[in-house]
Amino acid sequence: MQRIIIAAISGGLFGAGLLVSGMTDTTKVQGWLDVFGNWDPTLAFVLGGAILPMLVAWHMTTKRAVSMVGDPFPSKPDPRLGHNLVIGSVLFGAGWGLVGLCPGPAIASLSWGGTGGITFILAMIAGMLVAQPIRLQIDRLAAI
Amino acid sequence: MILTDWIWGLVGGLMIGTAAAIFLLGNGRIMGASGIIGGLVDRSGLHNWAERLAFLAALVVVPALMLPLYRVEVSTNITSSLGIVIAGGLLVGIGTRLANGCTSGHGVCGISRFSLRGIVATVFYLLAGGLTMVLFRHFLGVI
Repeated sequence: MQRIIIAAISGGLFGAGLLVSGMTDTTKVQGWLDVFGNWDPTLAFVLGGAILPMLVAWHMTTKRAVSMVGDPFPSKPDPRLGHNLVIGSVLFGAGWGLVGLCPGPAIASLSWGGTGGITFILAMIAGMLVAQPIRLQIDRLAAI
Repeated sequence: MILTDWIWGLVGGLMIGTAAAIFLLGNGRIMGASGIIGGLVDRSGLHNWAERLAFLAALVVVPALMLPLYRVEVSTNITSSLGIVIAGGLLVGIGTRLANGCTSGHGVCGISRFSLRGIVATVFYLLAGGLTMVLFRHFLGVI
């Protein structure tokens, strides 16, 4: 039960932060990516502001053995990059630019995003379903 | 950009980072939106489905409850082009699962622990997003 309450507090605060920061507004996200147009630097403040508490949090994980619910902290970051990290990030960035939504804000804006927002979420879910076969195909090609 | 936008950006960003810190220190988990959704979609994260569902439910409900605080109508200003919405959604779904993370997982949680994967992913999705704007807004004029 404790896990579920913590997850709900985290998800709720995440959603509130996305709304307050303006990241659920596709024009602000596209404005940030549009360096050669009417550039909007807001997203830099959002990302910078979000990293600050996490710097403290990661430091705190080194001072204690386990999390509040008693589970271990995530293992050390994987240093291997791999082609899927790069290919996936490029595809994600392209989709992010096309519409101006990434997964968090897409879900957070569900209640006011209208049919466009719901269509985006359904397409995203469909993409997630086909990602695994695509990954296997890419790995097969990479092994040649 | 309106002058106060950066303040709200910073405040919202601090809230997002605090949410990620609560998830990490509380449950020992990385707050990555695409991972939390994707684990339910492809069934790879069904072992802790309740935690994922609680996170996503609150992610929808809390901002919905905050809407009356805004005097102006809140809008996502999403494009009306159905084709672009579907193409963008598919790319975001496939890309985040291939890369194992999105803006929250790689960007917020990865960069803050100086993870090479997080930094590389962030560089590539920012570059791809920027190039997409150049190509589809300035050359083709479709977004």
